[in-house]
Amino acid sequence: MLKIFDTEIISNAEVSANIFKLEVAAPELSQIAKAGQFVQVKVSDEFTLRRPLGIASAKNGMVKIFYRVIGKGTEILSTKKTGEHLNILGALGNGFDTNISGRILLVGGGMGLAPLLSVAEKIEADVLMGGKNKSEVDFWIKEFRAEVDRIYITTDDGSFGSLGFVTSLLPEVLEYDNYAAIYTCGPEIMMRSVYKIAEENNLPCYVSLERRMACGLGACLSCSIDTASGRKKVCKDGPIFEARAVFS
Amino acid sequence: MSERLKTEICGIKMNTPILAASGTFGFGEEFADFVDLEKLGGVMVKCITLKPRAGNKGVRITETPAGMLNCIGLENPGVEKFLIEILPRIKNKMNVIVNISGSSVEDYGELAKLLNVDGVAAIELNISCPNVKDGGIIFGTNPKAAAEVTSTAKKFTSKPVIVKLSPNVTDITEIARSVESAGADCISLINTLMGMEININTWKPTLGNITGGLSGGAVKPVAVRMVYQVAQAVKVPVIGMGGICTAADAIEFFLAGASAVAVGTANFANPAVTMEIANDLENYLASRNLNLREIIGQVKI
Repeated sequence: MLKIFDTEIISNAEVSANIFKLEVAAPELSQIAKAGQFVQVKVSDEFTLRRPLGIASAKNGMVKIFYRVIGKGTEILSTKKTGEHLNILGALGNGFDTNISGRILLVGGGMGLAPLLSVAEKIEADVLMGGKNKSEVDFWIKEFRAEVDRIYITTDDGSFGSLGFVTSLLPEVLEYDNYAAIYTCGPEIMMRSVYKIAEENNLPCYVSLERRMACGLGACLSCSIDTASGRKKVCKDGPIFEARAVFS
Repeated sequence: MSERLKTEICGIKMNTPILAASGTFGFGEEFADFVDLEKLGGVMVKCITLKPRAGNKGVRITETPAGMLNCIGLENPGVEKFLIEILPRIKNKMNVIVNISGSSVEDYGELAKLLNVDGVAAIELNISCPNVKDGGIIFGTNPKAAAEVTSTAKKFTSKPVIVKLSPNVTDITEIARSVESAGADCISLINTLMGMEININTWKPTLGNITGGLSGGAVKPVAVRMVYQVAQAVKVPVIGMGGICTAADAIEFFLAGASAVAVGTANFANPAVTMEIANDLENYLASRNLNLREIIGQVKI
């Protein structure tokens, strides 16, 4: 059942340049939200549309969201203060499968780590994370530390972890454990490469896609994509898809 | 359900004069968690064409001041799938008004014929979609072509035929009169206004289709003006739409001459908005001890 929730902001702070962590008190939403789902946030009455944002964590009555300030909507969201209320529609989308048996490898780049964190807090997983530089991975390390056993890190500039992209380190990481599947989210070019490596290793691979969307309910058809099984809506049939269905 | 809001248009009994506009409400069922679908006057379902359509490539929406541009491009599963899979699922839950579009006059006739079935309350001729090259708007900007499409559709169906007009014309009343004399049972307006946005960093249009249809609050004054003009020009009932977000917006359309209204873009931000509008409209009428009929077309000039 989808609902509109009136939530209270517990914190909304910058954790790296232009990247914010928003925490809201939302007891019911935190209970019903599945890993990998998203919400539609009403930022201000001045906007015609809500802003779709991934759920990074949903537990203990709290919902955590990370966002990068890239436009007017996220800019206004970043000015919201503790105690203010936020109107949130959710929880939307299908979510990741968290009933899978075995250990999952989460592979995320940049803001793509947000939905993966919500998986980590539900099932046994390790994470391979990539970012531009040390400052863009530091806060993710803090978030993931309590939820995963092992954290592998790459940075584009080599300022922390291995120099390069997650895909350079992925083949090596796959040798360390018998993972049951790879869940990935990040830039599409990264996810495609992750999928290729997963295929080479005969591993199931699931991706979280991002598209512009107006409603989030499957009505506006802004986010339609072609898949191996026909037209799908990222908002309703996704955002999680089997990588093979969308990338091959 | 309140008696005050009950109405009837072209023989379609409506519990409220609040409908959901085509392209913004899917097939109704997407909104079932938020809306009592029977309380709506009807759902103008996503536009249906003879063959399935994938729609346009690239970016399909962008938010604009007090509105949005879209260039979905009539993505839909096609009439066959609609009749076999979708209609049986939704037909007893709401007044189903099927919005149809074609690339020839014959297409409209064939669609009208195929949809002349139990469970369809009316058909709405989309002669006003600005986002596809091969149809729709080319009929909506020419009074003769608009009349031809209307009379052809009428020939093949016993259902009420609603004609949805494009605002992208010089004189909206000319088209309205033309489709009325061709047999339209009702006129709905407005569809989106053609617009465009350019990204100043890439110097490229934001939308994949270059241009798109503008909707939302920004278009409301244009829509109210056109509903007012059309209601003066024709005798058939008018369903007003364009930027309605609140009951106050809806009341403007009734005063301008609309017998019912449809809510579009506002459904995206607030999926329960149609119910809120129906409740607030009822309060407005109750507090003045009026029924709906007493405000339609009552703007004081």
